[in-house]
Amino acid sequence: MTLGDTQRAPEPLPSRPRRPRRRSRALAVTLRSASVLGELMVTAGVLIVLFLVWQLLWTDVVADRAQAAIVQQVESTWTAPPDTTIPQVQRHTDDPPPEPAPVEGKVWATIYVPRFGKHYVRPVAEGIDKTTVLDKLGVGHYPTTQMPGELGNFAVAGHRTTFVKPFAQIAEIRKGDAIVFRTKTTWYVYRATDHLVVWPGQVGVLSPVPDDGWQVTQPTGPLTKRYLTMTSCHPKVWGVKRYVQHGVLSYWAPVSSGVPPELAGMDLSKDGKKATS
Amino acid sequence: MYAALWRVLPGPAWCKVIELVVLAAIVVVVCFTWVFPAVEPHLPGSGQTVG
Repeated sequence: MTLGDTQRAPEPLPSRPRRPRRRSRALAVTLRSASVLGELMVTAGVLIVLFLVWQLLWTDVVADRAQAAIVQQVESTWTAPPDTTIPQVQRHTDDPPPEPAPVEGKVWATIYVPRFGKHYVRPVAEGIDKTTVLDKLGVGHYPTTQMPGELGNFAVAGHRTTFVKPFAQIAEIRKGDAIVFRTKTTWYVYRATDHLVVWPGQVGVLSPVPDDGWQVTQPTGPLTKRYLTMTSCHPKVWGVKRYVQHGVLSYWAPVSSGVPPELAGMDLSKDGKKATS
Repeated sequence: MYAALWRVLPGPAWCKVIELVVLAAIVVVVCFTWVFPAVEPHLPGSGQTVG
């Protein structure tokens, strides 16, 4: 920025030889266009930094407020579980009572992951549309996959770097970690198994018996396992591939029977505290 | 470019500085509210689903 453009350059001293006027004009034009070009490039740089601030920080601020409010709102319409640990006899491994059919774009469950921090609870909505579900509501359920607790594969997706990044720490999940879902009536406690990195086209991870193939395959025999699949982007920020974490159902239990022991030590007080690690 | 902007803005220097701050704030708000959300889905790194 040349703020002094308005000021005239002082007259050259008489002793100094004058330069040809034409050449100095050409030089001035060159300098001016160079400075405009430079200013444009600086502007582009500032806009890119501004975009990163928006993407990596601001989307978190907006979505965090929204998601904390959503969890509170949803759970306030549910009956809180009694303050006891679920007794062994209430931990079921058979078919859970059927959930009401979820509505696209509506929150119908919450997810708890003790590994992600003791305040970690996020809403789970139906659908994987980016702008209406994943950007705003948090975690989304692939509508083509099974419901939690069912035989087959219950698959969900979540952001890893932006919009509060519900799955920011997905790569920290270790084998055996508890991943717990709650609906109005039922707890579903999954245990993490293996994880893999795939291309976005490898939809085999959503199959009722997940694999890493390029299409969803229906098993020929009867289903025997109740899988969980979580997908997020990979690598972080530059997410051209997908990080996939699998799990299997450990048990389901009615909410009226207490709190899963896996959530002991979590601070789930409804004080609107930010979910941090 | 910015020199021209500085010349076009009315008022004394301190007034121009305030005007520039207001202009910058408007640019930020427009970008955050409309431009960036429209651009973001078209950039890589925003996908977290398979299929």
